Amino acid sequence: MNSHSLPVNLTDEQIEEFGSELDAIRDEVFDSRGERDRAYILKVIKTQRTMAVTSRLAIYLSLFFLPAWGHPFASWTISLSIMGAGAFFLGIAKILENMEIAHNVLHGQWDWMKDPEIQSNTWEWDTMSPSDRWMHSHNVVHHTWTNVVGRDLDVGYGIMRVTPLQEWTPRFLLQPIYFILLMLFFEEGVALHEQTIDDHLKGKKTFADVKPLLRRIGYKVWRQVAKDYIAWPLAAALVAVPISFFFPFPPLLVFALVAGANAVANVIRNIWAFMIIFCGHFPDDVHNFTEAQVEGETRARWYLRQMLGSANIEGGKLFHVLSGNLSHQIEHHLFPDMCSNRYPEVAPRVRALAARYGVPYNSASLTRQFGTTWLNNLRMAFPGGKVQGATA
Amino acid sequence: MRENQHLEPARKKSPWSIMTAVTDYFAWPLRTSHYLELVNPLWTTHKLQARVVDVWDETKDARTITLRPGLNWRGHRAGQHIRVGIPVDGMHYTRTYTISSPPERDDDCITITVKAIAHGTISHHIVRNIKVGDYLPIGLPQGEFYLPDAQPVLPLFITAGSGITPAISMLRSLIAQGRLPNTEHIHYAPHEFDVVLGKDLKAMAEQHKRYNLHLIYTREQNEQRNNRFSAEQLTQLCPDWKQRDIYACGPPSLLEALEKCFEEAGCGRQLHIERFRAAFTEIPTDAVGGRVKFGRSDVAVDADSTTPLLRVAEENGMNPPHGCRMGICHTCNTTLVSGCVRDLRTGKVLNEVGSIVQTCICAAAGDCELDL
Repeated sequence: MNSHSLPVNLTDEQIEEFGSELDAIRDEVFDSRGERDRAYILKVIKTQRTMAVTSRLAIYLSLFFLPAWGHPFASWTISLSIMGAGAFFLGIAKILENMEIAHNVLHGQWDWMKDPEIQSNTWEWDTMSPSDRWMHSHNVVHHTWTNVVGRDLDVGYGIMRVTPLQEWTPRFLLQPIYFILLMLFFEEGVALHEQTIDDHLKGKKTFADVKPLLRRIGYKVWRQVAKDYIAWPLAAALVAVPISFFFPFPPLLVFALVAGANAVANVIRNIWAFMIIFCGHFPDDVHNFTEAQVEGETRARWYLRQMLGSANIEGGKLFHVLSGNLSHQIEHHLFPDMCSNRYPEVAPRVRALAARYGVPYNSASLTRQFGTTWLNNLRMAFPGGKVQGATA
Repeated sequence: MRENQHLEPARKKSPWSIMTAVTDYFAWPLRTSHYLELVNPLWTTHKLQARVVDVWDETKDARTITLRPGLNWRGHRAGQHIRVGIPVDGMHYTRTYTISSPPERDDDCITITVKAIAHGTISHHIVRNIKVGDYLPIGLPQGEFYLPDAQPVLPLFITAGSGITPAISMLRSLIAQGRLPNTEHIHYAPHEFDVVLGKDLKAMAEQHKRYNLHLIYTREQNEQRNNRFSAEQLTQLCPDWKQRDIYACGPPSLLEALEKCFEEAGCGRQLHIERFRAAFTEIPTDAVGGRVKFGRSDVAVDADSTTPLLRVAEENGMNPPHGCRMGICHTCNTTLVSGCVRDLRTGKVLNEVGSIVQTCICAAAGDCELDL
């Protein structure tokens, strides 16, 4: 018997069997969680915090090598190299915080420890989106309705056309530009990525409906801006004021350098997060679905949809950690609340399972996944296009 | 009644808090304290931690752990207890332990003395695995079991097993203050070799003439006396007990016998009791348990009418929030979705949908569902 309309050559019974095998993997891993998992997340958190504060101090340190000081090591080259390293590692620290720590904590992956410090309902992350708002639009909307056109707001993020299932309108002609802009301002994009705001822009909700939400987002944005573009640069500039009486060391320049370094760090994080996240659902051969296809969906079919609708990126251990293990997007979508350090362990098992049932398992290099995402983005700017897989 | 820790801390405008309010702009969305923790975990203000500075085995299954609490520590009163957070197999558990050191200790450290109880995973973990250099989250001192600060007392301590801990803290404190009154102490232990803190007690009795220690072994072979507590035994050991203030701590059976004895003598007011566990009432013999459903965890199990729901949940692989495990701290509060539970302290049945259930002192009274 075959009542489903998913693009796989499996009977209903086979899909259910496939689902129960995934359940078994999940149960096995969940039962074996213990001390080593706790040690892992504590280590990542400690490394991230140490890296963040050290990088910011390195940016400060670089100011002592500005040519104005006149000592033998004072030169733009040395100063900017140190500052660049500081900005780079601050970017890495932000990547670690956003992706491997916060994203996963907010998924409730570490709630089982009952550690009051590492809980999804209290964690706040280093980005402009308030974590509780993001948890709703991401955990609830995106992970439930993954790749269902019309329900999952992450299909094109409301501004792009990523599948022919979305109707073409002329505004999509500009989407290659949106693509670049969203890459650079991903943090701001995520903060404004809300169903309510989307509804308002489409005229379904009044401004008064959106106001309380905007106020919440506004407060978070203000604190982020206050940290990176006011507090840290201002502290350096204030120290520069008395020094500027003796050396040509203008406080305004100091302010601009520190703020600039922080901006570079934020943009590094934006580009990286954008690349990893876009590779999760938009490369070639990823399937999208219609609402009719998920009508009356069972748990096993949900698993199958997650697998067809996600793509993995291949890489080394460090790459996986820096991608927040979202390079195991398939495993993450199958088991969103499994602690992320376990994804590399279950990935080969999931892949073997997929092979056994003849279900596509989309895994390739970053170049292939991001390359096809980008090409697809260009193609979808114009009408038409081919639907992935055998869905149509 | 919710405890203070659940309320927002009062906003005090100390110079320190004004400074951290500014530095928090640099640390957002964390707090300054999270970065201070990297330098020294004892400097944190977002949580209180203590460093294990010494471990000492008292008996084969009891260990004294010396803790150096963080900067936000508030001195305790002899007899009070603290909550200690312990990670076991990656999971965070909370238990309550009495501080066995006096507040007068010069080095600002505190000690807790833990006995590994049968089938107690957490106490076993503390006794076997905690090592010097570990950091444990702790709570501030709590509890009303302490001696009056100023007015004179004529104490009689009646303790058993690890119930010695508040008493020894009080004794050490009185000695340190140089105001040890004439004190009687009756302590029960199974054998001579497993008296928790036995050496300290004997040394104290030798040094201080006004401290009279009566050690009673309840399972020693050659002991001739009837070794359980009784009014006769009390009169024999301490004839003036009716004139004294009694501070008692030990297992429920001892405390029950004490309560009965003092009630009958009409001096229940002089009896001060510290319990390890909540005092449960008699549960009717016809009481039945039922199917307990933990809705959010998707767990359903059969439970009897006497096992606290928190235990039921833990035995089925869950780790719900909890604190004191004796109905004081309300950390384990959850709501009743449907069905019926019994408060084991009062025997009262709760069956109103939406009522608050303290899982540590409530058991199933028929089928029920909890929002856990």
